[in-house]
Amino acid sequence: MYEQIAFYLFSVLTVILFLITVMSKNVLYAMTSLASGMVLISGFFFILGADFLGVVQLIVYVGAVMALYSFAMMFFDATRDVKEKNTNSALVFILGGMSALVLVLMFAAPIFSENIQALYPMHPEVGNAQDVGIVLFTKYLIPFEVAAVMLLVAMIAGIILAGKKMDQSFTQDMSVDEEILKQKDTK
Amino acid sequence: MEATTLGIVIKAIIILAVISAVAGFGTYLERKVLAFMQRRLGPMHVGPYGLMQILADGIKLFTKEDIIPQNANKLIFALAPAITAATAFIALSAVPVFPDFTIPSWIPLLGGTFVPSVAADINIGILFVLGMMAAGLYGPLLAGMAQANKWGIIGAARTAIQFLSYEVVTGLSILAPIMIVGSLSLVDFNNYSSEHAWLMFTQPVAFVLFLIGGFAETNRTPFDLLEHEAEVVSGYATEYSGMRWGMFFIGEYANMITVSVLTAVVFMGGYNDMWFLPGWLAILLKIAFVFFLMLWVRASWPHVRPDQLMWLCWKVLMPIAVINVVITGIVIMV
Repeated sequence: MYEQIAFYLFSVLTVILFLITVMSKNVLYAMTSLASGMVLISGFFFILGADFLGVVQLIVYVGAVMALYSFAMMFFDATRDVKEKNTNSALVFILGGMSALVLVLMFAAPIFSENIQALYPMHPEVGNAQDVGIVLFTKYLIPFEVAAVMLLVAMIAGIILAGKKMDQSFTQDMSVDEEILKQKDTK
Repeated sequence: MEATTLGIVIKAIIILAVISAVAGFGTYLERKVLAFMQRRLGPMHVGPYGLMQILADGIKLFTKEDIIPQNANKLIFALAPAITAATAFIALSAVPVFPDFTIPSWIPLLGGTFVPSVAADINIGILFVLGMMAAGLYGPLLAGMAQANKWGIIGAARTAIQFLSYEVVTGLSILAPIMIVGSLSLVDFNNYSSEHAWLMFTQPVAFVLFLIGGFAETNRTPFDLLEHEAEVVSGYATEYSGMRWGMFFIGEYANMITVSVLTAVVFMGGYNDMWFLPGWLAILLKIAFVFFLMLWVRASWPHVRPDQLMWLCWKVLMPIAVINVVITGIVIMV
């Protein structure tokens, strides 16, 4: 009974929060509802008994949305509404509707097929984290390692893009001092 | 023995009552300890040795005018302090503070109720606590962005920097003890140290790294970037007054206590009986010691700059933590 109440509470709140994320023109509202929606999704994992995944969802998305906030801070005035440039709303509508439809079909398909079985059922006595670990390092070892390599590639690319002037310090800018000296000399 | 709903409710009330009271008393202790370390007397006028200073502070906080700036985003501005306070107490729900006990049967109504050590004994307690404390940083972040104040924006930017710096250190430093104990449950950590040596002695590197990460997590002074008075007025809390500011304050002190409890349970033997000390007194002394350590560090070290914090966390502490994890793994395997 409690689980059903919790499920409907979490699902209604999540849908409302993500609607605010999409509809709101204020960047602060959008980001905040995105973050809290992500946190509430971890509630579903807890209801399903997947404690470890729930906490991973919590930690990963808290961090990821925090990074998004810093971009919002740099590009927008958080206390004012953003004026959106809407060039072709019909195209956006069709594409969004199509992808929503595909998602619904994908997630609704298992309801009509009755031969779904958990290939790797949970063992309540050892805990959820061990189960996830065993599956990750046996059956899904290669996808796991490929994902790790992709993250490494992304990290190196990010360092190369950002690190062109890494040998110079931004806080102790010597070139500014030299320019001031030059100006003094010319005077 | 199975924990009943009544026992869990009693535990939650104990946590809320004790931690709120200790958080209030902590402000007094902090002033006194800092004052003695700086050869001052600290609060002396209200009550004997200034003991009633907490009451005076409370009256001031509750009666102060609550101001919301005109151009601020009012909803988020009002929400931010609640996030800090709420997440701090949610994190405490998964922390074992006192040992299991049964209420003696001569007490009417509640007699014989079993009170568990943790309000919510989830298998992944330590990750949950760290994740919830990380979510608590949304309070300062939202507060800084919502208040339409330049100092606030700088405070919010520094919150993001701080978050991106310390989290990798706390996560990696706690990984080596987790590998040794083989569980993420804080109760298992406590049971481990009842049979083995304290992890503080077998994992000294992880202990120091976790303390440093914990100081950064709770915005304690060497890493007090968010509201560094000398640089950014009061950072994220510039426009806050009255009880809204008080909620940030309570959240910060509750977080300090959470980090103290985590350190005590993971590294310092938890709530096991120690020599002649009963378990509940032993853990209180350990928590008090870590709390005192935080004040000691605050009195001893100057602030660092944001870029210095990031440099410290990513270039010094993270490699040390990774090497510690690898060495621990090799030792466990051999």
